[in-house]
Amino acid sequence: MATKQSYIYYPGCSAEATGKPYEISARAVCEHLDIELKELADWNCCGATAYLSVEDIASMAVAARNLAIAESTGLDLITPCSACYITLSKVDHYFEDYPDIRTKINNALSAAGLEYKGGVNVRHLLYVFSEDIGMERLSGMVRADLSLRVAPYYGCQVVRPFTERDSPDVPFAMDEIISALGGDVVDYPLKTKCCSGALIGIDEKTALGLAKPLIECAVRSGADCIVTCCPLCQLNLDAYQYKINKVYGTNYHIPVLFFTQLIGLAFGIDEGRLGLNMNIVPYRPAARAKGASG
Amino acid sequence: MLKREVVYESVLDHDFLDEIYSLPGGQEIKKCIQCGTCSGSCPQGAVMDYAPRKIFSLIRAGFRDEVLESNTIWYCSSCYTCAVRCPKEIKITDVMYALKRIAIKEGKAKKGRKAAILSNNFVRLVNKYGRNHETELMTRYILFAEPHHAFNFIPQGWKLFSNGRLPIMPHKIKNIDQLRKILKKVDELGEI
Repeated sequence: MATKQSYIYYPGCSAEATGKPYEISARAVCEHLDIELKELADWNCCGATAYLSVEDIASMAVAARNLAIAESTGLDLITPCSACYITLSKVDHYFEDYPDIRTKINNALSAAGLEYKGGVNVRHLLYVFSEDIGMERLSGMVRADLSLRVAPYYGCQVVRPFTERDSPDVPFAMDEIISALGGDVVDYPLKTKCCSGALIGIDEKTALGLAKPLIECAVRSGADCIVTCCPLCQLNLDAYQYKINKVYGTNYHIPVLFFTQLIGLAFGIDEGRLGLNMNIVPYRPAARAKGASG
Repeated sequence: MLKREVVYESVLDHDFLDEIYSLPGGQEIKKCIQCGTCSGSCPQGAVMDYAPRKIFSLIRAGFRDEVLESNTIWYCSSCYTCAVRCPKEIKITDVMYALKRIAIKEGKAKKGRKAAILSNNFVRLVNKYGRNHETELMTRYILFAEPHHAFNFIPQGWKLFSNGRLPIMPHKIKNIDQLRKILKKVDELGEI
């Protein structure tokens, strides 16, 4: 067995609130795989899409504080959140392309005794599983029969505009993971279509119009559940599913799991340790659901 | 859809183009060939006043107010589909962010009133705690943006709260002073 894998871990703000089941399951699964997640010391919010809509340099300086702290460790910085992934990655790209911005941000950081040279390897948790852990090790750890048909939903920012190795339109990392776990990947052509992101609070009607086809497509493909790797995507599809039903007169009740929850289930980790009780649409193993329907 | 169809050179804002060009990634707008890949790719194109292709055309023609007051920039959900497909590699999403910032600063975000409230409160919380506190953000947003529809949000909030996904207390970072020093310095240096 290889030496213990260690990463600097950046949970992101949603891990403390709406994305809590993601956080709980990610930690449980990594512990099970003997992967060390060293939480970034006193990390602050990356700024996400909202800060960048108001301030330019300030938003990047806020993100850069995290990178400056992470730099000394020399480890890859891993985040489970697609928005954190893209926001932190963006600092590096701007540092490379725009020397003026680099100087300005480092000038601001120096006021607090920090400096960021550039070059922390920012990665999404999904690709730690798909690249570093690999399918062989994942399938070797499977202890429970999933017998699930799964729709893999990636959303936007994990594959656009920066991606570790996947296609921005047709990624396959999560598909491979699901297959390695013994799940059945259904044909899901909307896998990278926008879920509406933060629009859901601002213009619900338009936002639900974007989220509904994602649910509909999964159900029509015969999926037992949707699996995602973004806290906001999960929130929109899980917590707003009842609103979709209300507005469109539908009766969808498809569970929306974080991919770490699915891995945990396949590994036979206790459901309570995967935060499954926090999902809004209740998760029922397909076998049990099939039994119930006769 | 345009408010004015015939526009005289004299009333157009020629500085607008320079303003946009000076932004990081803004130079690329010059390369736009008006192919429409962005508009065709945009999931919100149908509800926008002008889909992205037209926005670039308007920018280059100096229609400053039409661009900044459009709902387009607020319907951009940062999915980056247009940006990865653009044959000229224009950072379209980043341009939309820049337009949001200018519109907010100049009080032209009328059609983006609610989005601006959400973003401004987000910034406020990050500056205060070092992290976003989702519960407080949602509460503040409802109070300032949707006070008359507050009851609509109750079932949603309750579901999340009772499932342990909306904590009451914020998490403040230990070294908030460090973050504030950085932000103070940015203020002195000025934005781009």
